[in-house]
Amino acid sequence: MGVGEVAILGAGMHPWGKFVGKSFIDLGVHAANEALKDANVEWGEIQFVSGANTVRNGYPGWVSGSTFANALGFQGAQLASSYAACASGVTALSIARAQILSGVCEVALVVGADQVPKGMFAPVPGDRPHDVDWLRFRLLGLSNPAYFGLFARRRMALHGDTEEDFAAVKVKNSLHGSKNPNARFTKTFTVEDVEASPVVADPLRLLEICTTSDGGAAIVVSSIDYAKKKGIKDPVRVTGISTVGPTYPNSIIDMPYLASDSWSVSGDASHTFKNQIAQHAYAEANISPKDLDFAEVYDLSSAYELDWYEHIGLCEPGMARNLLHNGDTAIGGRIPVNPSGGLGAFGEAIPAQAIAQVCELTWQLRGEAGERQVDDASVGMSINYGMFGHGSSVIARR
Amino acid sequence: MGKKRVPAVEGMFTMDHSSPALIGGRSTVSGSYYFPKDLGGNDPEAVSDRNREEVTLSNKGKVWSYTSADYPPALPYVITEEPFRPFVIAAVELEKESMVICGQMMPGIEISDMQVGMEVQVALDVLYEDDESQYFVWKWEPLRRDN
Repeated sequence: MGVGEVAILGAGMHPWGKFVGKSFIDLGVHAANEALKDANVEWGEIQFVSGANTVRNGYPGWVSGSTFANALGFQGAQLASSYAACASGVTALSIARAQILSGVCEVALVVGADQVPKGMFAPVPGDRPHDVDWLRFRLLGLSNPAYFGLFARRRMALHGDTEEDFAAVKVKNSLHGSKNPNARFTKTFTVEDVEASPVVADPLRLLEICTTSDGGAAIVVSSIDYAKKKGIKDPVRVTGISTVGPTYPNSIIDMPYLASDSWSVSGDASHTFKNQIAQHAYAEANISPKDLDFAEVYDLSSAYELDWYEHIGLCEPGMARNLLHNGDTAIGGRIPVNPSGGLGAFGEAIPAQAIAQVCELTWQLRGEAGERQVDDASVGMSINYGMFGHGSSVIARR
Repeated sequence: MGKKRVPAVEGMFTMDHSSPALIGGRSTVSGSYYFPKDLGGNDPEAVSDRNREEVTLSNKGKVWSYTSADYPPALPYVITEEPFRPFVIAAVELEKESMVICGQMMPGIEISDMQVGMEVQVALDVLYEDDESQYFVWKWEPLRRDN
């Protein structure tokens, strides 16, 4: 396929955590200022602001592009506000890329932040029997961790994975996260620690399920020419973005659905949307999985990280635990996964999380990731799934 | 007088207590199945409602995977017992329809009773009740050999 590239001039984050008394706007503005500083770009230079929305902070959250622009000082930039659940950040980035590549603007700020109540995510209030997200809670009590539990048990039955395998993912990511100043959880855990935590969604335990966090992340992106004008000869480049939706029929029950699609006509029980997300990103970047040096994947649970190894083509289905136990996916291994510590170390701040993944790509590709630096990182991928069917993936290179 | 027995949501399952079944959709164009009838993924070859007929789905299947809810789900789930009693959730593959559908397992089924591949059937259970009515939902239960 091959599409035009844009430069990532700067990345910035507000550390993840729970910040009672701060608003999502504070967190987003902090991240935006960090990204601008990192990019050596003045706020007044930004021609387009692409906000990733939060749906848990009232109206300002639904018009995040305007909210952040206002907080930074209205200077007449063009604005967009996007919501695509966990994929919101990459949707916002994809719009910025389109604006840049079409010549509408040269330099853009992509920003997302969230501030949420403690506990499991719940659907939007009200009675909505025509909304599967409402139905799954109302009728089945099917919260997000239940999906992670179903995927994990399926791995155990199909591939012989064990609870110890899943715990080992948490151990790896906690070690990575301990080296990340932006992570919320920097304690390292052992398999025994994980197994001592209570079961939430069998077979998964509390330490294996991503929590809800507050956080903010931002990147400054520009045309390659603009980067050159700023004196940056060799910027990190976005070479592929995936915002695909599913191709029917998806054989896996993804959140928030009550059922999979039917493969009675296609006869293909192996087609899953999450494979498609990566395939599109690879096609845009014109590379294959073997070209990756590292990846940031959406480890909503420990076991889910193993699913992603297979969805992005690092190994054949069922072989993920071998990669894990060989140390391939640890920092220092062949293809480190979640060198940032992933969601296990961050928790999830929905509209900021996909942007935070791209921040990590940027720092790794620049060789600025400090103690968690991946050796010779020149190509990286981030990936996640936005509820209802929003794909999200970015491939960046140096 | 007993309470009225009504479905918690209309149109998703039959209230035939002796042999309940889920109500889905079937495309008259492609033959593909849907659950719920109009709220699942859509076959682009057969998107129009007028090409979708209402069908009762197979009331038996095999457990594709399972998990548990050890913590109380958020609203709008109605917690009927304090302290909260954990429940088991199954995703069940229906052979003819070639699809997987979630549901709670009937009360009394423990996680240790579960196995991927075990045969289950649709059952009805009270989800919650008020002064006038009992609101029912479908659940799964181990296949009874007597039918």
